[in-house]
Formats: sequence, C-alpha cells, structure tokens
Amino acid sequence: MDEPIIRDAISRILTSIAPEVSLAEIDATVPLREQIDLDSMDWLNFIVGLHEQLHVDIPETDYRKLRTLNDLVAYLQAKSPR
Amino acid sequence: MIEFKLPSLGADMDEGTLLEWCVRPGETIKRGQVVAIVDTTKAAIDVECWEEGTVEEFVVAPGTKVPVNTVLALLRTPGESPEEAARWKAEHRQAQALAPQPALAAAAIAPAAAVTAPGAAQRLRVSPAARRYAEQVGLSLDDVVGSGPQGTVVLEDVHRAQSQRAKPEGKPIVGAAAGAERAAEMRRTIAAAMARSKREIPHYYLLTDVPLEAASRWLAQRNAGRPVTERLLMAVLFLKAVARALRRFPELNGFVREGRFEASAEVHVGVAVSLRQGGLIAPAILNTDRLPLDELMRELGDLVKRARAFTLRSSELSMPTVTVTNLGEQGVDTVLGVIYPPQVALVGFGSVRERPWVDDGQLKLLPVVTATLAADHRASDGHRGALFLAQVRELLQQPELL
Repeated sequence: MDEPIIRDAISRILTSIAPEVSLAEIDATVPLREQIDLDSMDWLNFIVGLHEQLHVDIPETDYRKLRTLNDLVAYLQAKSPR
Repeated sequence: MIEFKLPSLGADMDEGTLLEWCVRPGETIKRGQVVAIVDTTKAAIDVECWEEGTVEEFVVAPGTKVPVNTVLALLRTPGESPEEAARWKAEHRQAQALAPQPALAAAAIAPAAAVTAPGAAQRLRVSPAARRYAEQVGLSLDDVVGSGPQGTVVLEDVHRAQSQRAKPEGKPIVGAAAGAERAAEMRRTIAAAMARSKREIPHYYLLTDVPLEAASRWLAQRNAGRPVTERLLMAVLFLKAVARALRRFPELNGFVREGRFEASAEVHVGVAVSLRQGGLIAPAILNTDRLPLDELMRELGDLVKRARAFTLRSSELSMPTVTVTNLGEQGVDTVLGVIYPPQVALVGFGSVRERPWVDDGQLKLLPVVTATLAADHRASDGHRGALFLAQVRELLQQPELL
C-alpha cells in the first residue's frame, strides 16, 4: 500500500481521537505517545481504526514495535494487503 | 399532575440551560425516555424522565438557564382527566404565583438549529453536541459544512474542521473567547465540588499493592484469540473487581446526605474521564457489578466517547454510587484522590509496573499496580476499608471469575 494512503489514514484516525492534534506538527522520529496525550483506550481505538481503514490486524504483542510515526508507517506498509 | 423538574446532575452542577425539548405537548412519555437536552458547564445532558405521563405543557422555554429542581414541564398522569389537570394548574398557579406560561404549541418547538443562547444569531442547524464541542475548542461554526440530516452540523463535522484549521499565525481564533469561558466555568464547578469535599468529608486513605501476573496473562491470552474490536483493557478488570467487592462493603457504596449515610442497593461505578481540553467528569456505568466483561468494555468505550463529546445522559451523572479513577496511564504510581460528594469513596489505580515481588519465598519480577481507597470516615472505618481493598486484590487474582 502506498505510503501517502497510510499516512492519510493515520492522520484521519488520530484526528478523530485527538482532534486538537495536527499530524504536520508531529515529529516522526519521537515516540507518538510522548507527543500526543493517548491513554490505553485512545490507543485501542486507534488500533481499531487502523484495522477498519487499512485492514491490518495488529496483535497486542506488536504494540511495542509502534513507538514512532515512522515505526507505524513501516509496520503498516509491511503488513497491509496489496 | 407530575411536575417534571431539572434533576440534580452531580454535586458540582446546580444549574443548567435548557437547550431543546425532545418531546411535544400531548406526547406520551415512557419511563427513561429522554425528554430534554440541558446544557451544563461540563456537558450537554440528555435528561431522562423516570415517570410515565403525557406532556401537558412546557413551563420553561429553550434558552433559559434554571437552577436544579426547577419545574421544567407538567405531565398529566395516566388516567388524569383534562378537568382535573386544569384544576391542578389553577390551584398551583395561585399557590406559587407562577407567571402564567403559554403552553408551547408543537409547531413552536425550536429545532436544534434555532436554539441559541440569548443574543447569538445562528442560522445553522447544529446538534447540541457539535455546538458545545465547537465552543469548548474555540471553533467558529460559520465555515463548518454540515453532513447530518438537512445539512445539520454534527460532531464529526466539527472534528474535521478542527483538524483542517489553518495555524493561527497571529490571527485570533474566532470563538476562542467562548471556549475559554467554558473552560473557566468548568474549572469553577470542579473547584467548588472539590473544595466542598475537602471541607465536609473527613477523608482517610489506604493503599495496597496488587500483583497482576494472573490478570495480565489471562488478558493477553483472551485478547490474542479475539478480533481487535473485542479486546479488553486492564481497566475493565479493575472496574469489575471494585464493583463486585462493593457488594460486600455497603458502607463504601452510597451517599451522605444531611449528615446521614445511606447505602445504595445498586452499584453504579462512576468512571473518572479526563476531558481532552482540560476538565474532569465522572459518569456512571449503571449496575457495573452485573455486567459481563465484554459488555462492560463496550459500555466503557461508549461512555468515554460520549463524555469527551460532551454529551451524556442525566442518569449517568446523577447516579454514581462510587468513583474509580485510573491515572496509571500518565505514569504515576499512586493516586490519592478527593471524594466526589455526596459519595463516600474513591478508588484509585496507578500505573501497572514491573516490580520485584516475593511470591512464596521466591523473588520474581511481576506486573503490579497500587490500588488506593479514599473513604469518608463518617461512613466507614479503616478496618473495613482495608478489608475492601484486600477483596479487590483477591478478585484480581482470579480474572477468569470476574
């Protein structure tokens, strides 16, 4: 899947959870949860959103691989259906 | 004749502004039906009516701010004749010297669009939740395109507009003043409730460390076998354990009113939800102790979503019998909270951390959480409080039974 599509989906989902955030302001190399106030419920809603939009199932054991925005994009690209 | 009054919506809400009526004169109301939407400093509340009757007339018009317990409408009881109704009104009008209110005809009920605070001239149709949220975040509704029925602006539209909002670059954000005022009002209501709590309630505090090895493992296994939409959070186990433990400790589940404690027969756990732009609200999940974990998770998710969208039901605000606050996500170990009056207890959970733990003479590394109880010493003593916390700890050792 194209990176722009993935980034766009991430942006939309994050906005619905944390409307005060704009993806343009996020440093892609710094852990997301240090930049955005996301509790475990928010994070779960984010994972559910990614599942719905990109059809990628992210098991709980993979959560720790998704610390930064770059990590997230790379992971989703690798796992998304063609 | 039933006088439908504005119910108390929590210790820190003593007034509200009627935004709109959701029923018409002549309509028959079922128990639990939402009859009006009332705006408070914390949320736009769907006010439920717990009696059955037929709407006779509206006493308060949309746009009016009234204190709690104000009669908002009159409902004719089933079987009450028009003559009896008229007689009641005549007697009560004289007794209370109410200015005669013209009954609002069905056609005159303002749709959400036209309901505004006095002075504002809005032409848009906007849902109460969207209007309230927009104010809270300081966003003007002028440029928001509505995607709801008949072009109504709904909450999603406001979220979208917020994310697309260009950076201010020195230009003032339109509506920021209204948003700032909302935030200040919310701060004041929270301040009043917390100050009252510390003034009136003799708090005592207890802490206990709860090992969560079994709970973590059970949760991981369970979640691995389910679709992502059915995953459970540890928070749900905490809520259920607290709710079930409270059945055995009624002195921690109820209210102190006029110096007297009344235990509640039901357990409705108020969940402290932090609002994204600041502020705090603690609506209840009704009958928490009776819900299976899956359902509890769904209820929790839905409740948090609605709380953050500033739209809740009156029963969720007036009925919590205890409050649970889960601040572990922010990384703190322990929370020693302030009880929300007229409740008598606040249970807190800190972060789940890997800690050295001695188990059966062996040193291990386990996930552990610190659970705390803040309790009203007028209603309970430390001994019972300690037994309660011990029970919560025990219940969390057997998550499969929760």
